[in-house]
Amino acid sequence: MSRPARLDAEAISKRYGAETALAGISLHVPAGSYVVLLGPSGSGKTTLLSIVGGFTVPSEGRVLIDGEDVTATGPAQRPTATVFQDYALFPHMSVAANVRFGLSMRGVAKAEARRLATEALALVGLAGFGDRPIAALSGGQRQRVALARSLVVEPAILLLDEPLGALDLHLRRQMQDELKALQRTTGRSFVHVTHDQEEAMALADLIVVMNRGRIEDMGPPERVYARPATRFAATFMGESTILEGRVQMATDGRAAVETAEGRLVVGGGAAAGAEVALSIRPERLRLAPGDGAVPVATATVEECVFQGGFVRVRARTAAGAAVLAKVPPEAAPAAGAEVRLFANPSDIVLLSEETQR
Amino acid sequence: MTGRALPALGWAALIGAFYAFIYLPVAVLMLFSFHDGRVPVPPFEGPTLDWYGRVLANGKLIEATGHSLAVGLLSSAVAVALGFLAAVAFARHRVPMRRTVEAMLVVPLTVSYIIIGLGLLITMNGLGLSKSLLGVGLGHVVINLPLCFLIALSQMGPAEARLEAAARDLGASEAAVLARITLPLAAPALIAGFFLSFTLSWDEFVIAFLLTNFDVTLPVVIWSMLRTGLNPETNAAGTLVFAVSLLLVAIVELLVLRRRGAR
Amino acid sequence: MPNPASHEVAARRRDTRRGMLLVAPAALYTLAIFLVPLAVTAAWSLFTRTAGGIDTTPTLANYARFFGESAQLTALWNSLEVSALVTVASVLLGYPLAYAIAFHVPERWQRLALVLSILPFWTSYVVRSYAWLLVLAPNGVVNQALVGLGLVDEPVRIAYTMAGTVLGFAHFFTMLVALTVYASLKRINPRLMLAARDLGAGPVATFLRITLPLSMPGVATGAFLTFVLTVGDYVTPQILGGNTTLVLPQAILLQLGRRADIPMASAMALVLMLVVVAAYLVAGRYMKLERAP
Repeated sequence: MSRPARLDAEAISKRYGAETALAGISLHVPAGSYVVLLGPSGSGKTTLLSIVGGFTVPSEGRVLIDGEDVTATGPAQRPTATVFQDYALFPHMSVAANVRFGLSMRGVAKAEARRLATEALALVGLAGFGDRPIAALSGGQRQRVALARSLVVEPAILLLDEPLGALDLHLRRQMQDELKALQRTTGRSFVHVTHDQEEAMALADLIVVMNRGRIEDMGPPERVYARPATRFAATFMGESTILEGRVQMATDGRAAVETAEGRLVVGGGAAAGAEVALSIRPERLRLAPGDGAVPVATATVEECVFQGGFVRVRARTAAGAAVLAKVPPEAAPAAGAEVRLFANPSDIVLLSEETQR
Repeated sequence: MTGRALPALGWAALIGAFYAFIYLPVAVLMLFSFHDGRVPVPPFEGPTLDWYGRVLANGKLIEATGHSLAVGLLSSAVAVALGFLAAVAFARHRVPMRRTVEAMLVVPLTVSYIIIGLGLLITMNGLGLSKSLLGVGLGHVVINLPLCFLIALSQMGPAEARLEAAARDLGASEAAVLARITLPLAAPALIAGFFLSFTLSWDEFVIAFLLTNFDVTLPVVIWSMLRTGLNPETNAAGTLVFAVSLLLVAIVELLVLRRRGAR
Repeated sequence: MPNPASHEVAARRRDTRRGMLLVAPAALYTLAIFLVPLAVTAAWSLFTRTAGGIDTTPTLANYARFFGESAQLTALWNSLEVSALVTVASVLLGYPLAYAIAFHVPERWQRLALVLSILPFWTSYVVRSYAWLLVLAPNGVVNQALVGLGLVDEPVRIAYTMAGTVLGFAHFFTMLVALTVYASLKRINPRLMLAARDLGAGPVATFLRITLPLSMPGVATGAFLTFVLTVGDYVTPQILGGNTTLVLPQAILLQLGRRADIPMASAMALVLMLVVVAAYLVAGRYMKLERAP
């Protein structure tokens, strides 16, 4: 129970009558990593978390923790602990009693339980809060108590269901840092559900992008951001300029794509004649050539929004495609101006029409 | 300003008139319990505490009060316990033939006490059981169970369900969840249910009348006092019953309020 | 690999088993102490009391007698009449009271106002009916006031008449209807009434077109409870109603008392039940029964 463990979900499906919440999800999480399930509401991320935690039984598939099939065991017997979205702190118990609860369920002696609870509260920065009633705590404090309560039982895997949703921006940033630090300190796997892509990128060792019950993309944040696998991943995580096109010619790992703006040769596998989309991150689009950049599109500027360190340029091509670029404030074009946009071919991502991994 | 004041006065007068209507009999009852005269009607003479003296010396009355207390406490405890378990079943688990079972549990609310009492009377006769306070207790559980069930059910919503899930997640067995989480959280509702049941049982006449012979409850004794006509002693007894009921309300209000404050 | 689908089925079965276990005590109790006696009563309604004892050959003779004998039928009719009068009176009196408390009493005093209206009913039911007797008796408070003020020459007969019964009932049920209507009124989104005023409706129109229709569930519930509870009530009619106009509950107890005719009493009790069921079918459509999630 105290050893961090790997998590494997194999072909998990969940159906509610005619509705499919999850369709054939497979996931492998190495021990001691921070995994974020990222997706909009209805994507199935919370259902998946609930299945891993043992609260929901899958219609198909298995859940394995450290190689052991736990699909049939309930939450009480699984080596997981969950931090709920609304914290679910027991209102009729003090802070310390809440934290001790899991230990008392395991038959830990009162004195030992008290000591461990005090340590856990110190770990989350709430030393001395033991005797307070739950009603007297702020949102951030309740969050920490929920964390302490789950961590004190030393779960192999900690599950977090949108834990920072109820906090204001400043507090949220602070808690993100603390969560990351906690995960490093305790060495356990954290599986964290959120719809906030910035949060996901800040915390995750592994991001799992989900949509409508399927996994769209999975990988380290840097890779998922720079080279998204699907259109959804490209537009849900961060912003992208998407250009539609058709593959003219495809050889070994490279494809020539004909778009409304011209011909682009990019890396990626696709069959000749296939309808594809090209995705480019806004910070990779430039207004001037050079440094290996090739022309990508010509567009009319619709709006320039000052964002402090950069200007967000929104433009539209003659063919009607939306273009998004981030440029330094000095280089900001005037609204209505016609601009040429350039990008390095290695920054252009070829997306197939498939959305399933 | 007067444009606003007049309607407001009108509403105040309306409410005042209602309160006068509602309090009239109680006020008369209490006033004439101190009446120094044979019949408790105007003009008022006195005051005197004679009638209270008589009530407190009335052996039958005191005995019947004890019986009412016993029946009330026991039947309410049973109703609350059964109602709580049934509420957990409906709120948290699957119940076969759900609609039918729920309807069956709730139906006694609208059935006349005469029917409940009569049914018990016939059945107990048939089983060879004589009239007794046990029969009254059994009947009172029937009339109070639906209320306790509905009150407990109303307090078992999704928020409480999440707390139970959290407890399970931390390793609690089903029994531990019930005892450490469900029950404490439902406690205010159960207390309210207990109190309501006790009051209804304490006050109930028909079932007690049909099912008792020698050991009777308070309403039955007061009833037989009424047979002798208007009598200030009955006023005194009634006023005392009223005072006790008020005291119980006050105690429960304090208990429940105190608990709410601590949350 | 074991069939994964069976996990769901097994979990469901466990859940059902727990549900059954938890509901069993209450369900079995209700079955044994309520439904079985009810069935026994129904069975006895088909027996007849003879000079010798009880004739157990099933027959509808009791029911025939009930609907044939004018005295018995009158008791049923009286019950319906009293209950209808009380229901109408309680709604007419209770609605304005609820409205006054909900909208014309400051928010923080409303709970107190409600508690004050319930307080007098913490007296014993029997005692309360007796108290009305005191008030309505020929030499009671009301009559002495009427005579003293010169409004009437002789004491008015209220006690020991149907009017006394209706008044005694209305006393309690006005409060009950006020409670259910109050709950309904408070549930109405106050912005709806503001919107109506904003669109040009006067106070009367707002009441008639918005408030009243939206409070109907509360009225229906209150009316239903009033009707059903008065129709089966024994105490108030027996104390305040006198012996000339009997209602059904009194008639039933008469059968039990002197004549010990349990079969007849059972049949009449079942007729009473049918009245309640009929009332439920009528009112059920208008009531919105609260259900917990």
